[in-house]
Amino acid sequence: MARIQLKSLRKAFDDVEAVRDVDLDIEHNEFVVLVGPSGCGKSTTLRMIAGLEEITSGEIWLGDALVNDLPPRDRDIAMVFQSYALYPHMSVFKNMSFGLEMRKIPKDEIAARVNEAAEILDITELLDRRPRQLSGGERQRVAMGRAIVRKPQAFLFDEPLSNLDAKLRVQMRTEIKLIHARVETTVVYVTHDQVEAMTLADRIVVMNAGRIEQVGTPQEMYDRPATRFVAGFIGSPAMNFIPCTVEGNAAGASVRLGDELSLPVPEGRRERYSAFTGREMLFGIRPEHITERRAHTEAAQHDFEEEVVVLEPTGMDTMVFMKLNGVDACARSVPRAAGEPGRPMGFTINMDHMHLIDPGTDRVV
Amino acid sequence: MNAARRSGPRGSMVRRRNMIQAARYAGALFITLIVAFPIYWLFLMAFKSADEVYAVPPVYFPAEPSLGSFASLFRGASFDAQTLINSLIIATSTTVIAMVLGTMCAYSMARFRTGGHNFAIWIMSQRMLPPIAIVFPLFLAFAFIDILDTFPSIIVVYVAFNLPFVIWMMRGYIEDVPVAIEESALVDGCTRWQVLYKIIVPMSRAGIFATAVFTFLFTWNEFVFALVLTNNHIVTYPVQVTGYFAAQQTYWNSVGAMSILGTIPVFFAVIFFQRYLVRGISMGAIKG
Repeated sequence: MARIQLKSLRKAFDDVEAVRDVDLDIEHNEFVVLVGPSGCGKSTTLRMIAGLEEITSGEIWLGDALVNDLPPRDRDIAMVFQSYALYPHMSVFKNMSFGLEMRKIPKDEIAARVNEAAEILDITELLDRRPRQLSGGERQRVAMGRAIVRKPQAFLFDEPLSNLDAKLRVQMRTEIKLIHARVETTVVYVTHDQVEAMTLADRIVVMNAGRIEQVGTPQEMYDRPATRFVAGFIGSPAMNFIPCTVEGNAAGASVRLGDELSLPVPEGRRERYSAFTGREMLFGIRPEHITERRAHTEAAQHDFEEEVVVLEPTGMDTMVFMKLNGVDACARSVPRAAGEPGRPMGFTINMDHMHLIDPGTDRVV
Repeated sequence: MNAARRSGPRGSMVRRRNMIQAARYAGALFITLIVAFPIYWLFLMAFKSADEVYAVPPVYFPAEPSLGSFASLFRGASFDAQTLINSLIIATSTTVIAMVLGTMCAYSMARFRTGGHNFAIWIMSQRMLPPIAIVFPLFLAFAFIDILDTFPSIIVVYVAFNLPFVIWMMRGYIEDVPVAIEESALVDGCTRWQVLYKIIVPMSRAGIFATAVFTFLFTWNEFVFALVLTNNHIVTYPVQVTGYFAAQQTYWNSVGAMSILGTIPVFFAVIFFQRYLVRGISMGAIKG
């Protein structure tokens, strides 16, 4: 259990900057998820914390110690790799005890700790097997067991669930969360899957092109994305981005989406948006905030009609695709109310959940 | 009735297949006989009497097979079997030293790109030099510092000569070990050296055995260096065998017996490490 601090962390491979100026403060016991598309620098950042990658510049603090120049073995961290990286020539027990033996822990304590971890993970009956005799899910558990027995200052997870099938992934996700609650350790978790990030994290760090885009709780990231990238990355299906112009007059402000459609801006935001009056902006709205036409319960709800292009039923909801101001947009409808392709359908949009993005800076205003 | 109708064409097909199979076996047997005949002849020479060796027409089955030729190698002042012991010492030392140095070097090249991109090719090119081209310069150099005909000098030469091969082979095997496993060991508390002998060595065991067996064989059978760089203190067994081709006559019995004794370690090495050899060689075939 320790605080992890990254200060102006940079990493350059030859002339490619993989991580640029990352500042991050991770609290004791916190579960932080680094998420972003491949090549965004999240894995490199994690590997620098582990000591597997040299730091080009900046500082890494583990607890009270500056660990920039410490080799991985002296950092007291444990890591779970995407490929699990189990030692194929050792039994499961040996895989889990290896790190303890390297640290010269007494034999009886090693046995006790391995058995305890095996119990937590429900792999007691696998202890004598070799990794190649295990299924993917079992290997995953052993890899976590290997980390747990160490009782390290921090767990580092590098896309640990990517090699599992969808069903097992959801199951292991829940388990990781339960285990974190049980063993109480600082966790830094890397994934490209925003659902994993949302479900697991105390705080999410969205990275893009080597930089941190935004840090916040999952709900904050969803409700108040700071940039277009975060807005589009968090949430599934992704947020709609529709070109618009901001119009203002004495009566109020509105966003115009093409000739036909103009939607009033909620009162509380008028002032904030007034600076952008007359400018070409991007209107952001999540599919779940455009529904089939329904009775209004909030002032910010407005109706409009549009031709349905295609339907994608998911069972619980049906995704309705249409063209708004020349671009594809998606709405989320209850299945029975979804229209038919080629026919107009009535929608209700909740403008309280809109975002206005400045295309010049890509920031949400 | 249905079955009877079908059995006709199917029966002839089965017969045809059996005939093809029989022809294949006959061919294989024929080739085996040709290949195995010299080995059989070698054994014959060792077990024949001196008269039978020179008999015309040749004797294919000795009347009284005897172990006399073997016994004579272990008798007398010359004690020819000593050359086998010399060869064993030299080949074993060479294999151990070359494997230890070569594996370390290969690890460094595989993981830290030591020596840059072309270093591996350069190392391999050392192996392309014909031994005969360097043996006389070496002879003069060794004579100058007076270390001819000693164990260390011949072992050093053999180690140097086998290192490129060991490095080249081991580099391929080590590259097959996933880097994540090494990183996992580093995080678990290993130093680089511990990673090498606790993770890399056990994981590339098949490759290590295969490479070691080949190194041993190369050294065991090596002739040119041994002939030139040793004299009468540490004669190796291949050199000793040629010693039986004397000016006046050739001691075929001794040639046969010595050659058989010389084959025994090789034979056991291959039997013992067979499963590693097959795996090791095929592993190397995929990569490196």
